Amino acid sequence: MSAASSRTGRSLILLAPLLLFLIGFFVWPLFSMMSQAVSDPAVLKLLPRSAEVLADWDRKSPPSAAMQTALMEDLKAVDDDQALGDMVRRLNSARSGFRTLMGKTTSALDETANPPADLVSIDKRWEKPEFWLAIADALSPYTDRNLLAAVDFGRNAAGEIEHLPPDQSVNSVILARTFWIAGLVTFFCALIGFPYAIIAASLDGWKRDLMLGAVLLPLWTSLLVRTAAWFILLQEKGLINDLLLTLGIINSPLALIFNRTGVIIAMTHVLLPFMVLPIYSVLITIPKNLMPAAASLGAPPLRAFLRVLLPLSLRGVASGGLLVFISAIGYYITPALIGGPGDQMISSIIAFYATGSANWGMAGALGMVLLVATLVLYSVYARLSSEEPGRR
Amino acid sequence: MPMKIAKATFATLTILFLVAPLIAILPLAFTSSVILTYPIPSWSLRWFEELFFADAWRRAIVNSLIIGTGTTLLATILGTAASLGLRNRLILFRGTMRTLFLLPMVVPAVVLGVGMQVLLAGFGLTNSYLGVIIAHTVVAVPFVVVSVTGALAGIDERVELAAQSLGAAPITVFRRITLPLAMPGVLSGAVLAFATSLDEVVLTLFVAGPNQRTLARQMFSSIRENISPAIAAAAFLFIVATVVIGLVVVLSRSMLAKRR
Repeated sequence: MSAASSRTGRSLILLAPLLLFLIGFFVWPLFSMMSQAVSDPAVLKLLPRSAEVLADWDRKSPPSAAMQTALMEDLKAVDDDQALGDMVRRLNSARSGFRTLMGKTTSALDETANPPADLVSIDKRWEKPEFWLAIADALSPYTDRNLLAAVDFGRNAAGEIEHLPPDQSVNSVILARTFWIAGLVTFFCALIGFPYAIIAASLDGWKRDLMLGAVLLPLWTSLLVRTAAWFILLQEKGLINDLLLTLGIINSPLALIFNRTGVIIAMTHVLLPFMVLPIYSVLITIPKNLMPAAASLGAPPLRAFLRVLLPLSLRGVASGGLLVFISAIGYYITPALIGGPGDQMISSIIAFYATGSANWGMAGALGMVLLVATLVLYSVYARLSSEEPGRR
Repeated sequence: MPMKIAKATFATLTILFLVAPLIAILPLAFTSSVILTYPIPSWSLRWFEELFFADAWRRAIVNSLIIGTGTTLLATILGTAASLGLRNRLILFRGTMRTLFLLPMVVPAVVLGVGMQVLLAGFGLTNSYLGVIIAHTVVAVPFVVVSVTGALAGIDERVELAAQSLGAAPITVFRRITLPLAMPGVLSGAVLAFATSLDEVVLTLFVAGPNQRTLARQMFSSIRENISPAIAAAAFLFIVATVVIGLVVVLSRSMLAKRR
């Protein structure tokens, strides 16, 4: 017993470093990304006194003297211009007019020679409950604004969830495009990969090695190199257009790069190995005499294929398809280099929000959408590939 | 027989589709022209010169080697230790831990990149070599775990039990029996970790500063901004490295197979 427990202790000591490393640098980053999506501290950070007083407000009656004093004290205490700018931007997005109101208010409060008695004396708008309502709603440290915006929804003035106007509804277009491109790539991978795997599994010797080697070589080659190769080949004066022109198939160069065609071609090439290998690994477990048996019983080749080989290999096609689809929806490099502006997928938009406009909330919310989609599909894949091939 | 010809044609065309793009760009690395097109006017090594002597490219190569070495060491040590720990079937949550160890392969790089940047900025580790090495290790470690776990699964436990019954202490059993038998798996895991780091672009975009530009990152931005045959030269190096890495992996696998 003590030998077993000391062995367990040793195993735990061996496991602990990687476990802690991945919790710290893999799980935690994902959680901090998600918390960026729902956290909203810009207003609460600057207005702690108002937060206390506003908690007792009935959200309808005109602002009390206590509320005005608290907000005035909060605003006087602000010494960080950037934080103030963040807060004003946040409030202005909830209710337009805050930008001018806050500008007027803060400059009035700065005049120490002639201190204003209350906020209403600075600007009549402070009498209206709407502005206080916007502040009260923005005081919560959490928000669903980014998550709703990620799927093109938002809250109206009354706090109800509604569809954003079409000019702001870009995310659902990009999400749909991401799934559409990934679906097309999966389709083409299956179209090429399934017959390829069937042929490879039916061969042996050097022919099979050649067919498998042709799949493994690109799989091992750097993704960047493969994308660079397609970038060079697909150009207007690239090798493919040259070849087609020389053969007389076309008269003028085709537009193959910076458009959808190029993205689909390059992504199909990059992901094809992920389709071929799972199908192949299922096919080689199928006894070779099944198809001849079906034929000897009188089934024509197509029927034998549909009734025998296809059902048996479907598990491989499904796991290959999921693998391709999961990889495709998260792709960044290939669409970024080969695609045009109309072919950017969700990853590019996340990268844009994060590095281009430093909008971590939106980057986190869209990242969460992509992460959840990926993990759901992966759990289906894991279940599928761990199942024993029962129907032999 | 038409069926057979159709099959052969289909297989040949698909092999061409898979392999031809990689072969087609190799000669362009040796062009003397400044544009990346055929026909090649004359042969020269000027783009390799650019690669090794131009400041941006040379620093990128050095950075890739520094970061790749750091990632390989860290990922191999963490991954090998964890794979040894996973051998014990009595450990609780063994399956959950194994899934966690493999999950970085699945999570989209951009998602991880956003999270990494937020977290590493909190630690003051963005724009540092350590930050990039940590980020690369997260995505490289699954390959070590897969490779070492596979090698360990092939070890006949009776050999270890025999050594133990002959009086060898656990540490001796590990040093003289387990580790040598698992070595091919550890080596191919290390090679895959290095290759992963070498090819990693997206996380590098998020966590690295201008001083940690890697070769892959430099290739990515030069394809975007000013495409030149230096990219073909860099791709040539990558493909040669891939063939070498592939040979190392195949050789270590056949070493493993011989041992059995």
